[in-house]
Amino acid sequence: MSATDSSLLRPRLLGRATVNVVVAISVLYTLLPVLWLVLASTKTRDALFSSDLLSLSDFSFVQNLQDLFAMDGGLYGRWYVNSLLYAVVGAAVGALVSVACGYAFDKYRFRHKEKLFGLVLAAVMVPQTVLALPLYLMASEAGLVNTFWAVFIPVLFNPFGVYLGRIFARGYVPDEVLEAARVDGAGELTTYARVALRMLGPGLITVFLFQLTAIWNNFFLPMVMLSDQDLYPVSLGLYQWNSAASVSPEYYPVVIMGSLLAVLPLILAFVLLQRFWRSGLTAGAVK
Amino acid sequence: MTTTTQPRVPTGASRATAPAPSASGLRARRAAKRRQLTAGVLMTPFFALLVTVFLIPVGTAVYLSFFSDDQPGLGFGPERQVFVGLRSYAAVLTDPTFLGGLGTVALYCLIYIPLMVVGALALALLLDSGVVRLRAFAQLGLFLPHAVPGIIAALIWLYLYTPGISPVIELFAQADITIDFLGVHTVVPSIVNIALWSNLGYNMVVFYAALQAVPREVIEASVVDGAGPVRTALQVKTPLVRASIVMVAIFTLIWALQLFTEPMLLNQSSPMVSSRFSPSMYIYDAAFTRNNYSLAAAASVVLLVCTIALSYGVTRFTSRADSEEAR
Repeated sequence: MSATDSSLLRPRLLGRATVNVVVAISVLYTLLPVLWLVLASTKTRDALFSSDLLSLSDFSFVQNLQDLFAMDGGLYGRWYVNSLLYAVVGAAVGALVSVACGYAFDKYRFRHKEKLFGLVLAAVMVPQTVLALPLYLMASEAGLVNTFWAVFIPVLFNPFGVYLGRIFARGYVPDEVLEAARVDGAGELTTYARVALRMLGPGLITVFLFQLTAIWNNFFLPMVMLSDQDLYPVSLGLYQWNSAASVSPEYYPVVIMGSLLAVLPLILAFVLLQRFWRSGLTAGAVK
Repeated sequence: MTTTTQPRVPTGASRATAPAPSASGLRARRAAKRRQLTAGVLMTPFFALLVTVFLIPVGTAVYLSFFSDDQPGLGFGPERQVFVGLRSYAAVLTDPTFLGGLGTVALYCLIYIPLMVVGALALALLLDSGVVRLRAFAQLGLFLPHAVPGIIAALIWLYLYTPGISPVIELFAQADITIDFLGVHTVVPSIVNIALWSNLGYNMVVFYAALQAVPREVIEASVVDGAGPVRTALQVKTPLVRASIVMVAIFTLIWALQLFTEPMLLNQSSPMVSSRFSPSMYIYDAAFTRNNYSLAAAASVVLLVCTIALSYGVTRFTSRADSEEAR
């Protein structure tokens, strides 16, 4: 460690090269599997099994795409719409609910505040698998098992979003602004909706994005709650098709193509909203 | 047990707690009351969710773990719930498949967490050193797997582990190395690899963001003192991002203990991954394959206690290390 400071030029150059090689290998490690997915999606079933990824002779990207949406009566399209509904609507509603609560934690005083906040933080720790069986039993009692709501309602719950919301409220909404609004005679809720919420915008988008990712990835809950294939999200549908593939290999190309398409929305969201989530990560990590 | 549970918070919150000065009279008190009410309104939706999808389920899990469906007489008559005390816990804790699952997850954590924390931190430090070319591209590339859903990451790697499809195995075969990624000794490292691939870039960005917040003067001072780049990174920067390291370690731990998606997918293709491979899979299997709710509930509570104890342990351990350092 301390040897690096003695002789100057050569070790520095060597160090530079080593650093770049290490980073380059890491990037290859993360990128190559995705590249494989892209290449594999262009292959026919036979070419897939011949491991000849770079030959373009069996190019069947379009064919695979058509097969994907035709398979089992167009189920994939349905799953995709379901996933979008669960994730986009769920994350939007969930983010609004969590950030409102986090804002109240920061801006108002009430009894047992820190105890309640501790409860919120404790909820972050509890594994999904612990909640799944009771949630299933509750949903079946309420007649909600195997409906849209059985998956949609639990995913709205995002305690980490409350934690972030509180941090963002402290950082983005100065107390003086609220005081000024009070002096002007604006109601508390009006102030929240018209003034504070706008200032919380970047934070709200960060929480939305985190939750979007979580719901899009969600697998355990739908698996427990849903038996009707028409209600499946993409994750569960692909899981099912993959298990079918071991018996009927015609599913392999569609599973691969389906996986590729399922990756796109999140990449799109991350690229479009890049500005916001980077600041969100800092807020979540540093404080 | 319906979804219309009354949240308890707003009633607690709407009670005036702010001391209202009696001199300024009614108006101030009314304003204070209005604020309590607003806090209640803003918090009600979240706490309604907290009660219905968190508190009641946790309570139900604990309740179920102490009761069991017993059939009276010869199996005729209605089923009823009978208090069985710790019987389900005894059953879980003496079940070799559950203990095996705990052991598997312990091994998985021991390999995965150090690799993840050290790997992500090392990459963040390298990217922060200012030596790396194409830094923005490298960051984006490393982060990309985070946008790949867990089940799809598992699918991709499953194919990369499958002989006949995998170009990786093909490559090894050309060098006359036969490698079975889903063998007895390789299956846990193979699952670690999937998780590492998925989350490395995300945690790297968390560390990188924390490193960016380190004041430049501190680093300049250490350079003036004659510390080389490696020493600056390890002895100056790393201690300054300790809070993020603890946070990443705890979140990684919590997620690792829930290990489910990856082995569940591999279970379809590898005999090495049984349907009770991890505690979460055990719970799923007990609840939905064997319909033994009390067993599943007891296993859930055991997993919950392990999670809380370990997270608490990590927090205590690091805060003690912190206070010792402060002396």
